[in-house]
Amino acid sequence: MPEAAFAQTPAAVLKLKGLQAWYNESHILHGVDLDVREGELVTLLGRNGAGKTTTLKSIMGIVGKRSGSITFHDRELIHLSIDRIARLGVALCPEERAIFASLSVKENLFLPPEIAKTGAMTADRIFTLFPNLRERLSSGGGKLSGGEQQMLAIARILRTGARFLMLDEPTEGLAPVIIQQIGRTIAELKREGFTILLVEQNFRFAATIADRFFVMGHGRIIDAFANSELPGKMDMLHEALGV
Amino acid sequence: MNVFGHVISWPQLYGQLLIGLINGSFYALLSLGLAVIFGMLTIVNFAHGAFYMMGAFGAYFLLKLAGLDYWWALILSPFAIGAIGAIVERLFLKRLVGLDPLYSLLLTFGLALIFQGLFQNFFGASGLPYAIPKQLSGAYNLGFMFLPVYRGWVIVASMVVSFGTWLVIEKTKLGAYLRAATENPTMVRAFGINVPRMVTLTYGFGVALAAFAGVLAAPINQVRPGMGADIIAVVFAVVVIGGMGSIMGSILTGFVLGVVEGLTKVFYPEASNTVVFVIMAIVLLIRPAGLFGRAS
Repeated sequence: MPEAAFAQTPAAVLKLKGLQAWYNESHILHGVDLDVREGELVTLLGRNGAGKTTTLKSIMGIVGKRSGSITFHDRELIHLSIDRIARLGVALCPEERAIFASLSVKENLFLPPEIAKTGAMTADRIFTLFPNLRERLSSGGGKLSGGEQQMLAIARILRTGARFLMLDEPTEGLAPVIIQQIGRTIAELKREGFTILLVEQNFRFAATIADRFFVMGHGRIIDAFANSELPGKMDMLHEALGV
Repeated sequence: MNVFGHVISWPQLYGQLLIGLINGSFYALLSLGLAVIFGMLTIVNFAHGAFYMMGAFGAYFLLKLAGLDYWWALILSPFAIGAIGAIVERLFLKRLVGLDPLYSLLLTFGLALIFQGLFQNFFGASGLPYAIPKQLSGAYNLGFMFLPVYRGWVIVASMVVSFGTWLVIEKTKLGAYLRAATENPTMVRAFGINVPRMVTLTYGFGVALAAFAGVLAAPINQVRPGMGADIIAVVFAVVVIGGMGSIMGSILTGFVLGVVEGLTKVFYPEASNTVVFVIMAIVLLIRPAGLFGRAS
């Protein structure tokens, strides 16, 4: 079996080739190449404005214009609409969390339709991961603390059955104890076989959970390495990220 | 009773209250449709009065051309006019997304003039008769007054449809999609929901509400090309008073202002045509977002 040779490297779930993206007239991504393999947690690092969020949004289809290639399970996404991409099992937890203030927590949680029959988390499982949410179900979405909003935003996409999650700065602006809880949750999701593409400014946080890193600068990937290579990359990272 | 020099009798008061409630029924249905459309599309649908008029003509055509009576018209006319609305959204309004609201205002205003002009061209400005269905003819004797059955029916039908719409929007999953998409359409799409289709259907539904009101009005007011233009100015005032986009606000304001208008006819008839606009001016001064609106 020729596949046996690749047994060590699972198939790529997501592949970007020469991805370019624009917001109105501004050209943000200048050819991004990146891959995420089955069950892997990949972290995108980079300074503000490097194009990390735009990369996630481009994969989801939320940019004015994009070109190049985005394949998800070997299916080309570049010409698909946002909702079609979502239905294929791509889920985005955006930086601003996007909790609907006019909906209750419960309505927020159950809003996204199930896109896959298998793999969707049950409400019980979600409440085990995020016990706080159960108590806040009837609260308005706008009444949550930052940490609760983040948990709800993650919980919301776990219910859909999407197995590929894009998390944009899930720890931003949160207290250390909440960051720890989010970290444990993400590690748990990885153990359960979710494939995760994470954007994170908090480099120390990412280092504890990521399998591989891609470093972005000026709309391109400037370096890629595995977690084990991290110690040798510290100088480059200090330079590239200014940390 | 003697108020402002007018001698007022109780039957006159009840009569005007009833007329007020009936007008309020139409205000509520029409402003509800406008609020639904504004909430989802953030456009002020100036073609709303024309769709109301077309709903009434739909009932007239169904009877004359297909022999389908009032009860069929109550379902088929809103459906057909709603479908026309959906086509208008797909062909025209969709292209104006993200532009200054002035464009959609001008477009829908232009469409209203075109529709009204077309009907006027073919059917003249005077009214076409549409009979009250025989199941709803006659009157109830309430003891203190006679209530024509059809008028009672209009009030009940309008309340049921209005509160039913409110219930769907506030309490169901479909309504949650609508509210969420009003807040952040992109994110709702990112959950796999076809928001553009939802927008088209929402516009169609708002238009269908106007057409439904038109069918209800047909036996009362006759079927006239200008009937929409006559009522729509007051309806916009109602929407402004209630607060743009507030569903319950538009329903309650519609009924209440109908009644206020009716009472004004009793106590100070000279002001009955202007009282709604006076209230609008006062509300705008005190609460610019409207009574039920959230300041943005």
